[in-house]
Amino acid sequence: MIYEIFRQERKGQPFQHAGSLDAPDRAFAETYAKEFYGRRGESEALWVVPRESILEIDHFVDELNRNYHRVDGYSLKEKLKEARERAGSAAPRDR
Amino acid sequence: MSERARQLLEIADDELILGWRDSEWTGIAPFLEEDVAFSSIAQNEIGHARALYELAARELGATADELAFDRAPGEYRCSPLVELRLLDWEKTIARHYLYEEADAARLERLKQSNDPEVAGLAAKIDREETYHRLHAQMWFDRLKDEPRFTAALDELRPLLDADRGEHGPELAELWDEMTIVRRSQPAGTTW
Repeated sequence: MIYEIFRQERKGQPFQHAGSLDAPDRAFAETYAKEFYGRRGESEALWVVPRESILEIDHFVDELNRNYHRVDGYSLKEKLKEARERAGSAAPRDR
Repeated sequence: MSERARQLLEIADDELILGWRDSEWTGIAPFLEEDVAFSSIAQNEIGHARALYELAARELGATADELAFDRAPGEYRCSPLVELRLLDWEKTIARHYLYEEADAARLERLKQSNDPEVAGLAAKIDREETYHRLHAQMWFDRLKDEPRFTAALDELRPLLDADRGEHGPELAELWDEMTIVRRSQPAGTTW
């Protein structure tokens, strides 16, 4: 079974994908994960996940093309800056 | 030779010879992940041997390389368990399990040593051996009901108590291979 390994480099940091390994069961996966990704002080913690447990979504239909619904699609800061420029006033802290 | 040097050489010889034997699986272990893990264990054992030889060498006025490679096969103090050339994986794992168990008890004793150098080195080695034991235990748990594996354990276990002064022909053959590069160079060659 293929396991995907995620590695946290330091406490508080997000886990990042480190690689994968092939192991016959969870005990082997644990030992190999420690051996390959953890025993040289390079990791604070590991997530060892059977690949089949991962729900992968890689196909997206943007049928309405409403990209302003995206969380990164609308910068309030930029809009405010433009509005202030039109109104001829500086940001509050600059007054 | 002091009792301390004798003991250090005994353990160093065990680790060097076992490291060599385990490294014979590099590239041909049953599957790739195990190949990487077992090769890493083999390399650790040789690293432990180096540290132990260095400690003994300071006391004996020699170098680690001289102790590792320049003695005659009959002078090695390794256990007959580690010198065997095992071609079956289940026997290799049985030896690995038996050795790690015995080595754990030995390291526990050495960590209590009054000699701070010996106790310190034992503690350092034991930190790596933790992984070896985890690996040995994982294989033991998986194979413990396999008759081929339990037969291998029964066959090899008596060798743990065998005389360290008695070696079979397989150690001489291993020594021949292990020292071939060193012997091919004029004495005193440095790299």
